[in-house]
Amino acid sequence: MDPLYRETIMDHYQHPRHKGELTCPTVRQHDANPLCGDDLTLDLEIDSEGLIRACTFHGHGCAISQAAADMLCAEIMNRPAREILAMSKEEMLGILGIPLGPVRLKCALLAYKILKMALVKHLGQEGGSIDET
Amino acid sequence: MWREDFPAFRDSSLVYLDSGASTQKPFVVLDAEREFYETTYANVHRGVYPLSEAATERYEAARSTAAAFLGANPEETIFVRSTTEALNLVASSLIRHHLQPGDGVAVTVAEHHSNFVPWQQLALQNGNPFTVLSVDQNGTLPLKQVEQALVKGAKVLACTMVSNVLGSTMPIRDLARLVHEHGALLVVDGAQAIAHMEVNVRDLEVDFFAFSGHKIYGPTGIGVLYGRHDLLEDLPPFLFGGEMIAEVHVDRTTFASPPYKFEAGTPPIAQAVGLASALDYVTTIGLQEIRSHEHRLIQNAWNRLSPLPGITLYGPGPDNRTGVLAFTLEGVHPHDIAGALGHDGICIRAGHHCAQPLHDHLGIQATARISMGCYNTIEDLERLEEGLKNVRRLFLGAA
Repeated sequence: MDPLYRETIMDHYQHPRHKGELTCPTVRQHDANPLCGDDLTLDLEIDSEGLIRACTFHGHGCAISQAAADMLCAEIMNRPAREILAMSKEEMLGILGIPLGPVRLKCALLAYKILKMALVKHLGQEGGSIDET
Repeated sequence: MWREDFPAFRDSSLVYLDSGASTQKPFVVLDAEREFYETTYANVHRGVYPLSEAATERYEAARSTAAAFLGANPEETIFVRSTTEALNLVASSLIRHHLQPGDGVAVTVAEHHSNFVPWQQLALQNGNPFTVLSVDQNGTLPLKQVEQALVKGAKVLACTMVSNVLGSTMPIRDLARLVHEHGALLVVDGAQAIAHMEVNVRDLEVDFFAFSGHKIYGPTGIGVLYGRHDLLEDLPPFLFGGEMIAEVHVDRTTFASPPYKFEAGTPPIAQAVGLASALDYVTTIGLQEIRSHEHRLIQNAWNRLSPLPGITLYGPGPDNRTGVLAFTLEGVHPHDIAGALGHDGICIRAGHHCAQPLHDHLGIQATARISMGCYNTIEDLERLEEGLKNVRRLFLGAA
């Protein structure tokens, strides 16, 4: 069995729990990995307490990028956005738990990168509104 | 067939089907470079001591080998670092100094980015019209379309000899004649052709032809640019520096004659020696022999792959293609195909193969691609077929 495509990865790829769109996301972020054609959009619902209440992804890509998005969504549910913003790449790779070469690393980290962009966008705006008060 | 000539295959489980990206290296090439570094190494064209003279002789002998391989003269044979550098050299020199304002540049949609982006960017910078000629599903470039572009004022056509995705061969000699009838020039990217078919730049009547050493069993970091002599005389240098000058004064510099005018700085000397050895290796086997070997392989691959459920093979049928075959498998991302095969020791490429305009043109994001070298065998293709069946089982739960 290829460790890259171990059971959990294939399970999240073939039976994603968080695939879809939110009707009214607090923040939506898209990015792509043009080299291999991975294309992902992440929807987040963040409540007034700053907790991530809902999280979905949609788009297309290889098994690694899709499974990583699904596993990341599961990981961040009901956690504070600020805490997730501080999440390191190593933690993300720990969630996946598979050995990755430099090329596949981009697939694995696409959702993570989009999540960071989304949170910077959201918390940046929030920060702006705090400054005004 | 010539597998034992290559140290990489001492690992007998290795199935290497990515020669279109880069070829493995035979012992003779590694030995030639090592022997040169150990016994004959010094910088070239500078020292008057015997070691430097010997190194210069080897470097120039390598040039003669490369020239003879292409059917050209040594003065028309420039050592560069890669096909990419060669094409940048030609694009830059032609667009900046040869074309008149309003003269057009045409490329095909099937070009590798290295024969696409330099023309696109320099045409944009210089304000020259830039035309992209489409190819049909079989990867053929219709001459009628080329003629229309020429009538509209294209003065350069940059075209690959073999598509690195579709495996189709372009009608280079017909293109050259057509292009010349309209007073234009033909620049050929030979990267995917050079190790797979005989090339004679005079017979083909091309104006420029470029290839990389690493795609014909030679080292990385060395490439060859052939240019028609009168054009090379006319064109200004691309890079400035040592080696390429005649005289340097505080207020002016005169340049050496071709090919030296285009070889600024210390060249890839040992790599040139290694390349010459690779070209000798290929000549000894014979390109006809390699071509028919690879043809048998691609027919075999075609017959194994085409019955697989959900597979799409791109480009012409097996009779009219070189040893390159791109495909997709419904329901499995090309990266996952290559990833899973890689785990089984089967090396294939996935992605857009530096040909994004072609993938857009075909309406696909990415493909998986196998490409042959002289060392591939029918057993490699058996392993590939078995591997693809495993991929289907893993991702689709089907055999």
